[in-house]
Amino acid sequence: MKIFKLIFRNIFRHKLRAALTVLGIAIAVMAFGLIRTMVGAWYAGSEASAPDRIITRQAVSFIFPLPLADRDQIVRVPGVKEVTWLNWFGGVYKDKNNFFARMACDPASFTDIYPEYKVTPTELETFKKERNSCIVGQKLADLYHFKVGDVIPLDGDIYPGKWEFVVAGIYTGEKPTTDVSAMYFHWDYLNERITQTQPSRANNVGWYVIKIANPNEAATVSERIDALFKNSSAETKTETEKAFASGFIAMSSAIITGLQLISYVIIGIIFLVLANTMIMTARERIREYAVLKTLGFTGKHIALLVFGESLLMALIGGVIGIILLFPISAGVAKGMTQFFPYLAIAPSTIGIAVLFSILVGLVAGFFPATRSMRIKIVDGLRQIG
Amino acid sequence: MAEGIVQVRNVTKTYKRDTMQIPVLQNISLEIPEGEFLALMGPSGSGKTTLLNLIAGIDRPDSGEILVQNTNIASLNESALATWRSQHIGFVFQFYNLLPVLTAFENVELPLLLTKLNKQQRKEHVETALKVVGLADRMNHYPKQLSGGQEQRVAIARAIVTDPTLIVADEPTGDLDRKSAEDILDLMQQLNQEFKKTIVMVTHDPNAAERAHKTRHLDKGELTL
Amino acid sequence: MKIPLSYSFRNLWTRKLTTIMTIVGLALVVFVFSAILMLANGLEKTFVGTGSDQNAIVLRQSAESEALSSVSLEEANILSTMPEVALGADGKPLITKEIVTMINLPKRGASENDLSNVIVRGVSAAGLVLRPQMKIVEGRMFNFGASEIIVSKGIQQSYTGVDIGSMVKFGGRSWKVVGLFDAGKTAFASEMWADNDQVRQAFNRQGFAVVIFRLKDKEAFASIKSKIAADPRLNELKVLHEQEFYAAESETLATFIRILGLMVTIIFSFGAMIGAMITMYAAVANRTVEIGTLRALGFRRRSVMFAFLIESLFLALIGGVGGLLIASLMQFVTVSTTNFTTFSEIAFSFEMSPRIIITTLIFSLVMGFVGGFLPSFRAAKLNIISALRSA
Repeated sequence: MKIFKLIFRNIFRHKLRAALTVLGIAIAVMAFGLIRTMVGAWYAGSEASAPDRIITRQAVSFIFPLPLADRDQIVRVPGVKEVTWLNWFGGVYKDKNNFFARMACDPASFTDIYPEYKVTPTELETFKKERNSCIVGQKLADLYHFKVGDVIPLDGDIYPGKWEFVVAGIYTGEKPTTDVSAMYFHWDYLNERITQTQPSRANNVGWYVIKIANPNEAATVSERIDALFKNSSAETKTETEKAFASGFIAMSSAIITGLQLISYVIIGIIFLVLANTMIMTARERIREYAVLKTLGFTGKHIALLVFGESLLMALIGGVIGIILLFPISAGVAKGMTQFFPYLAIAPSTIGIAVLFSILVGLVAGFFPATRSMRIKIVDGLRQIG
Repeated sequence: MAEGIVQVRNVTKTYKRDTMQIPVLQNISLEIPEGEFLALMGPSGSGKTTLLNLIAGIDRPDSGEILVQNTNIASLNESALATWRSQHIGFVFQFYNLLPVLTAFENVELPLLLTKLNKQQRKEHVETALKVVGLADRMNHYPKQLSGGQEQRVAIARAIVTDPTLIVADEPTGDLDRKSAEDILDLMQQLNQEFKKTIVMVTHDPNAAERAHKTRHLDKGELTL
Repeated sequence: MKIPLSYSFRNLWTRKLTTIMTIVGLALVVFVFSAILMLANGLEKTFVGTGSDQNAIVLRQSAESEALSSVSLEEANILSTMPEVALGADGKPLITKEIVTMINLPKRGASENDLSNVIVRGVSAAGLVLRPQMKIVEGRMFNFGASEIIVSKGIQQSYTGVDIGSMVKFGGRSWKVVGLFDAGKTAFASEMWADNDQVRQAFNRQGFAVVIFRLKDKEAFASIKSKIAADPRLNELKVLHEQEFYAAESETLATFIRILGLMVTIIFSFGAMIGAMITMYAAVANRTVEIGTLRALGFRRRSVMFAFLIESLFLALIGGVGGLLIASLMQFVTVSTTNFTTFSEIAFSFEMSPRIIITTLIFSLVMGFVGGFLPSFRAAKLNIISALRSA
């Protein structure tokens, strides 16, 4: 494929222009990948859900609490294997920007219902025994350099006051996609203090997490649970963990849509930059293309040259953009931890980025290729520069 | 050898510029025997380059026939013409028209890429052609590393590498200094006398025309002499 | 700058396709840039507009949002008696004690199960006085004592089942929608209002969620703030300027939009500048002979550089104006999303402002300048002879 050599060298004829074009494409591909990754982070919660877990929350909004007393009723519902609960603590760790999930849980049942969080047996022992202890995810420990034995001070807002928790263990995830960026401590510890300081708020949970015996019965069991509390002062809504997570995503649907639209605008920009370059390039080479035709090369050969150049630049730019994506998204994750605690780049994002690069390479080269292949030799030879 | 290798019969060509029609060639007929070195001269705008382009198959007449080795190239379609050109014509331009990103070797090799020759065979042809024009030692240089005269010689090598039926040259010495021009003309005479190549050359330089067997003049689209 | 401006302009016109494509690229970037500014502006305006600088709001200290706050009957009564509370025309304290809660409603165009949270606010007669921005635009005001509600026009447009005459179920009762209100661009535009006493009964609440009152005078705020902190009966509460409170509610979302927007725009602007650079470099390369001729005729290097810079700036300006024009069309678009702090829906739109227009135009010109600088510099540096010979 000698033509490849010609194509490759043609690109670097104008080193500066080629460099700028490739750079422009690289930046745009990187931005495209970044936005997709951010949107992906939103969907991460939904993907991490287990089919045999259902969530019971207050019917109107999960921000309203449910009484702990409900637990005894839920546990007796046919189809329910085990019940645990969580309270969102919120609070501030040193600085408002140090955002991570902080929740109160029931250590006895927590790891049973979330088997994907792995804690060493000794650490789990300690966690269950020590009332003021907590476990933190591996990512969290890495980020803030938490070690077993460290004290984590929190400034409560939803539950006001100064709180301190001792790290009993660090949990890792079963799969690489498991979320290991949260902190869990004793619900009893929380409740004890609230009973003293704000007794009217005591004995409430944020939401229940229920393990069911048969994933196919999720809908039926959910209905049974909700029926228990219908017409009470705290009606419930029970749904699969996936649906619960999807609810969060739906809340920000406008923003997600906006971001996705922007990612398409980016593709448009890539196209414009590349097409611009290709048009200029093809225009300058008209005389050469005419010469090639006099030698007997056909319009098809010329078109191949143009498409080849366009594709090659798009691909090089695309690959560089993808490479850039990694450090940049890590940087974004750091700068926006309160919104995006972690950003994982999915293989599909890389695949789609490459695909779009190819597509843009082809489309951008189309018009200059067809125009070039049709030039009349005599006209082409007459052109200067 | 009764008929010429090139026969131009009643050819007319008109150019359209915007809305104006400019007749360039009016009912031209011409015969070029095999092995002849023909010079076409005439004032600027006389149509000599147009005639050359028609003979070389890079333009079509509005009416008439052009037979090269008994093939009426005026009747061939676009792709057939392209193939025909690659096999029968060697073109030498005033401004050399080498591809700047290819070396001398690669430039000369270009037309061979359209043939079925393998790499080794192509290499032999290219080296032979470059030897003929005296630039075998500059094979791997890029055009910008060569002087004007050297570039033109590479262009000539490219023109002969496929052993074409006809060599057409459009003002081959137009952009060269006296000495280089003489070298090029020597080379062309050598191609004609030693290698028996039929050459049609457009020029406005009487000195160049002297090297040819015969000179025809074109004026306002008509052949004289 | 002796080279006439028309030289720059006409050259842009000659290479139409390339020029247009570069302009489109610039316009796209400008559009995104200004749209994001307009969005953040719209969000801010909504919240800042929600609140009068003469009102103060009291909530539970631990409450991040009104729906999660609680103020007991005793606390509310104590507050009513405080001298910092202004008196109304009727001589009674201008204070309103309100229940603020949320219900689920289905959005228009969404599936049945796609519910969003909408705020229901129980207001009193004083509450209406404290919010003069609220105007009934269709139907009528609800009757105190009846199970009737008025719905903001924005909510009625985005949700099903809340048109005038519809019955909405919550708190164990059916409420009739009797009117639609317009609260301008404020947070109230995402709410439904009813008689506070009725709402309290329906939800069986003892106390209230929030207390809002008119400050008597400028010093009243500082004064009541310190009193609340000192009083053991009241020190679980916090008091804020109404505007301050609502601004804080939108802070997280606004910050998010701003940071995200800034990031996206910076990245985009690089793309646009590169596009402009490529175009300008090509322009210089194509006109090398011209440049040589101009210089041979006697024009200075400076003039050549200016001519090309002007071209680039002009490209950017057209792109900038184009992008702004398209962005201004966004003012007809309303965005409805969940506020990160309250987890309830808020609706806001894209707001243009003179400041945004100026900022955007400067942004475009900067892109044009940066994109065009190096090429223009190169044009100026060309050597006359080699330029003339490069044909």
